[in-house]
Amino acid sequence: MGKRVLLIEDEPNIIEAISFILSRDGWTVHTHEDGTTAMDKVNALPPHLIILDVMLPGRSGFDILRDLRANEPTKAIPVMMLTARGQAKDRELATRLGANHFMTKPFSNTEVRDHVRSLMEA
Amino acid sequence: MSARRLTGSRIRERRLDQGVRQVSLAEAVGISPSYLNLIEHNRRRIAGKLLGDIARVLDVDPALLTEGAESNLLDQMRAAAASFGETAEVARAEEFAARYPGWSGLIAAQARRIATLEERVQILSDRMAYDPQLAASLHDVISAVTAIRSTASILVGQEALDADWQGRFHRNIHDDSVRLASSSEALIAYLEAPQADAAGPAMPIEQVEAYLAQQDHRFADLEANGADLEDIVAAAELPPSASKLLRTVGAVYQADAAALPRPAFEEACARTGYDPVRIAGQFDVSFAAVLRRLSTLPAGDGHPPMGLAVCDATGTLTFLKSVPGFTIPRFGGGCPLWPIFGAFARPAQPVRAEVAMPGPVVNRMLCYAVAEPVGVPQFDAPPALQSTMLVIPDQPTSDAPVLPVGVSCRICPRPDCASRREPAIAGVGVHGSL
Repeated sequence: MGKRVLLIEDEPNIIEAISFILSRDGWTVHTHEDGTTAMDKVNALPPHLIILDVMLPGRSGFDILRDLRANEPTKAIPVMMLTARGQAKDRELATRLGANHFMTKPFSNTEVRDHVRSLMEA
Repeated sequence: MSARRLTGSRIRERRLDQGVRQVSLAEAVGISPSYLNLIEHNRRRIAGKLLGDIARVLDVDPALLTEGAESNLLDQMRAAAASFGETAEVARAEEFAARYPGWSGLIAAQARRIATLEERVQILSDRMAYDPQLAASLHDVISAVTAIRSTASILVGQEALDADWQGRFHRNIHDDSVRLASSSEALIAYLEAPQADAAGPAMPIEQVEAYLAQQDHRFADLEANGADLEDIVAAAELPPSASKLLRTVGAVYQADAAALPRPAFEEACARTGYDPVRIAGQFDVSFAAVLRRLSTLPAGDGHPPMGLAVCDATGTLTFLKSVPGFTIPRFGGGCPLWPIFGAFARPAQPVRAEVAMPGPVVNRMLCYAVAEPVGVPQFDAPPALQSTMLVIPDQPTSDAPVLPVGVSCRICPRPDCASRREPAIAGVGVHGSL
């Protein structure tokens, strides 16, 4: 079994597309759609990498990232943020909170795959 | 220098500019040359019909010959200079206004228009950045585009897909394209929603204030004929946000009118000399209610013109009734010395202050202000405070201490003000200021 990627995203068709391309690249992809319970999912089966959308129902991706970095078991997990808002302040906030990469929608599949690879190799 | 002396000087200057002999002007307006001479040398008061007649003969707006309106115009011209750099000869604004009243008015009007448009730009910019409906629409569009792009890339990729996956992705693209079309239509409809005239009031509260100005700041039918507030709001035909505000303002007006019925209130005003503390005591109402009610008295019925400003604890004006001589910026950057702001330092305690604007003409204004809690009090929570200020301009000179106030630091000549935030623009001097 390959390394686990947890995709926290609430758009079903984006989930399906990303899951497909990462699965074909050898990753085991787990998904979760709700911001409120995202940390429970992370703690239940800590992934090797998290792809985290900013705008989630219940709780923002920034809040989840803050929790990830504040908890010892999850603080070192690489996180790639996805957002529909490419504003500089969001990028700065993500970086300040400890995101490893920040990707603006719409993105290309190649971009996603390449950045996931590079984060896992880092 | 008193206000009326300057008016006389203005008349003389205007007459000489036009080459009109003193005798001719006096004859044209039906007074003796010696009386006109006294007026021109600021030794006799002038107002009303005679001022209007002289202004007509000299072909000038009477407001330009009077201190309050002139002060307003000069303030607006200085504000215009402050907004567009420091190249204008601000120190000569008064001379310019006297010599070219039409052009001065045009400058002031253009500056107001530009300020309105800038405010509208700011509102639209805020709307683009923070409007939740717009943000949600854009998010829908971008999410659909992202899903379509990713899915389409998979379908056209090098990798062979089995029929199940192909069918699944085709359905996803179809679903997302339908969603994209719907989101796009909603977005376009939203962005193409009819906007208010750019020259008109931009914000709901300004729309309400403009409506109230048309009604002479009274809900006459509500007060005299027992009309339904909802009917009045509907008849006003304001946009939904402004209608909601108008309903709130009307309800407050209705409560004030019930607590302070017009005939008895006017009788109390006459008997107390418009003393809001005594009036509040007589009717057992809040000080702020009396200030609001006073501001609705029509100046044409023998009452002095009275302005009203209301702000929240951030100093943001939530209501403004302007009167000539009373200038306070609606959007930030105003002078913090106005009693409306100082009242927050002592909540529930009425403040009385005579204030004066800077400038060659000392325009004294009497201000009453009070900061009172609004809403329902809560345990362990600070009260929401609202400050209300009544302004009565053109007060006679007296020995009472005067609180120097201004419009904003950029056009205020007071050099040693502890509240100064930024330097005044070049040319704003202290000549004759308080």
